[in-house]
Amino acid sequence: MFDSLSDRLGSVFEKLRGRGALTELDVRAAMREVRIALLEADVALSVVKQFIDEVTERAIGAEVVRSVTPGQQVVKIVNDALVSLLGGDAPEGDNQLNIDVTPPAVIMMVGLQGSGKTTTTAKLAKFLTEKKAKKVLMASLDVARPAAQEQLRVLGEQTKVATLPIIAGQQPVAIAERARQTAKLQGFDVVLLDTAGRLNVDTALMAEMAAIAGATKPDEILLVVDALTGQDAVNVASAFKAEVPLTGVVLTRMDGDARGGAALSMRAVTERPIKFAGTGEKLDALEAFDAQRVAGRILGM
Amino acid sequence: TGSMPLDDARLDAIEEALIAADLGPAVAGRIRDRLADVKFAKGIDEAGLRAAVAAEVTAVMAPVAKALQVTAFPRPHVILVVGVNGSGKTTTIAKLARRFTEADYTVMLAAGDTFRAAAIAQLKIWAERIGVPVISGEQGADAAGLAFEALKAARAAGSDVLIIDTAGRLQNKAGLMDELAKMRRVIQKLSPAAPHDTVLVLDATTGQNALNQIEVFRDIAKVTGLVMTKLDGSARGGVLVAAAERFRLPIHAIGVGEGMDDLRPFTAEEFADALTGTS
Ligand SMILES: Nc1nc2c(ncn2[C@@H]2O[C@H](COP(=O)(O)OP(=O)(O)OP(=O)(O)O)[C@@H](O)[C@H]2O)c(=O)[nH]1
Ligand SMILES: Nc1nc2c(ncn2[C@@H]2O[C@H](COP(=O)(O)OP(=O)(O)OP(=O)(O)O)[C@@H](O)[C@H]2O)c(=O)[nH]1
Ligand SMILES: [K+]
Ligand SMILES: [Mg+2]
Ligand SMILES: [Mg+2]
Repeated sequence: MFDSLSDRLGSVFEKLRGRGALTELDVRAAMREVRIALLEADVALSVVKQFIDEVTERAIGAEVVRSVTPGQQVVKIVNDALVSLLGGDAPEGDNQLNIDVTPPAVIMMVGLQGSGKTTTTAKLAKFLTEKKAKKVLMASLDVARPAAQEQLRVLGEQTKVATLPIIAGQQPVAIAERARQTAKLQGFDVVLLDTAGRLNVDTALMAEMAAIAGATKPDEILLVVDALTGQDAVNVASAFKAEVPLTGVVLTRMDGDARGGAALSMRAVTERPIKFAGTGEKLDALEAFDAQRVAGRILGM
Repeated sequence: TGSMPLDDARLDAIEEALIAADLGPAVAGRIRDRLADVKFAKGIDEAGLRAAVAAEVTAVMAPVAKALQVTAFPRPHVILVVGVNGSGKTTTIAKLARRFTEADYTVMLAAGDTFRAAAIAQLKIWAERIGVPVISGEQGADAAGLAFEALKAARAAGSDVLIIDTAGRLQNKAGLMDELAKMRRVIQKLSPAAPHDTVLVLDATTGQNALNQIEVFRDIAKVTGLVMTKLDGSARGGVLVAAAERFRLPIHAIGVGEGMDDLRPFTAEEFADALTGTS
């Protein structure tokens, strides 16, 4: 197995050293290797196809600088295209949370089961409290998973962030409205709504999510996605996007060793910025998303 | 549609469908090549082609389909449940406990995730719903010590099965992985053959990284079998095909929902049919 795209392309181009420009044939041979590398990194097939088409066009006829091998040249073209797709050239501020609104700003977290929503809610609350001097309230709308509300309450204690008192039996939309109302009356700047995990194919729960969003008009709706996600990323991204107006993505478990191709799929399908990366279980393990680094990782560099 | 020759376009479509189901480019390519080798003299229609793909997948998966069984003597049969964060370990434990109690085994649970917020409370709620005892300590307590105490308690109570929950951990965290090895050593002071099963819980939404997970958890935690969860979603869990080829570890069951009855036996045919859209 080739470990990195550079190795793969190195063998494709071994015979081509010293050429002036890449021919269409050279590029197509290289792109077959790029395709496999991206698929092994779990970039979704439809996204790979589109990406390969675009990059092939860009690479055909590209000058091969004398000092570098054609392989490196193609890697650079691929890498630059990846960085740009991942949001690397997006304007400063694109990754910022839109919370400087008439308080309280509402941030809603959504995603599949176990993707990291509750943990990320607490991480964001801690970040906004400590780094942005915001007064933050967290509320769990998860009435499905055993001890989900208790989990957020404990995280609130650990981060010293207020959590909405739990009222047994109250349903998600009602909890969300109570959270917003409480935040307004008690002068909170930001209210974070942690929702239950739901499958994109579960129409009842997807509708419930839309109802919560409809009732609270969030300023941010963040799709929380596991960096280990495979090809299903496209289904997830398109289904959640179709149901609620997503404003961004959070990629969790970036502390793992997955290539993280889901980042590209998410970005391509939602057309929303990846605003944060989760890099651990601890509550300060939250970073700004770094397109450059993730591109390198997807390519195994 | 009727019978048509199996041309490159159709083979491409199959390969792509397999990739989209997370089999990975290498395995998908191999299945494509095997199909191309078969001479379908009179051509083949769509249904027949799907069935041919399903047969390929079934052939790989059939040898690894194997239910969990309570065999340890003396009792209890100890099952250690491990996996990356959020894969569905705790819920799967609840489902297993439910299945064993329905088969008239007595079950005890151990709340070995002493790290994550409310992990103990989560397992306790499941235990109460199912009606089985749970041994737990304080959050932050030593997980290996807790497992040791639980095994003593399960022995004293004469339980048939002890299922031990563990905190989620990514396989590239050496320190956390070593804790699992330590847990085993400590349990083995009481019962050298324990844990009798070490089950790795995989999330169906996971892509090719599942292969690394299996390899590292097998090497360090001595995983003996797999359960795949969340197959009720749109993810097809095709990485299991690559895993079956490479590691040949038994696959015990699949999770198809969040409830305690949402565990199904793993069968190669059903898995292959779901993967290829045959059924
Ligand atoms: N290593 C690592 N673990 C994480 C990260 N984010 C969350 N986790 C862990 O992932 C597991 C699941 O996290 P939760 O926050 O409970 O996930 P959730 O999306 O709220 O889950 P549900 O509410 O059941 O849908 C926990 O064990 C967390 O500690 C991360 O960035 N890195
Ligand atoms: N749809 C569906 N959800 C599942 C399944 N198995 C588990 N879940 C959900 O996935 C989420 C995580 O499950 P847990 O059992 O808490 O996962 P875990 O591996 O114990 O998580 P950590 O202890 O945080 O590492 C919960 O919301 C579960 O309800 C399944 O088969 N299908
Ligand atoms: K997951
Ligand atoms: Mg949660
Ligand atoms: Mg758990």
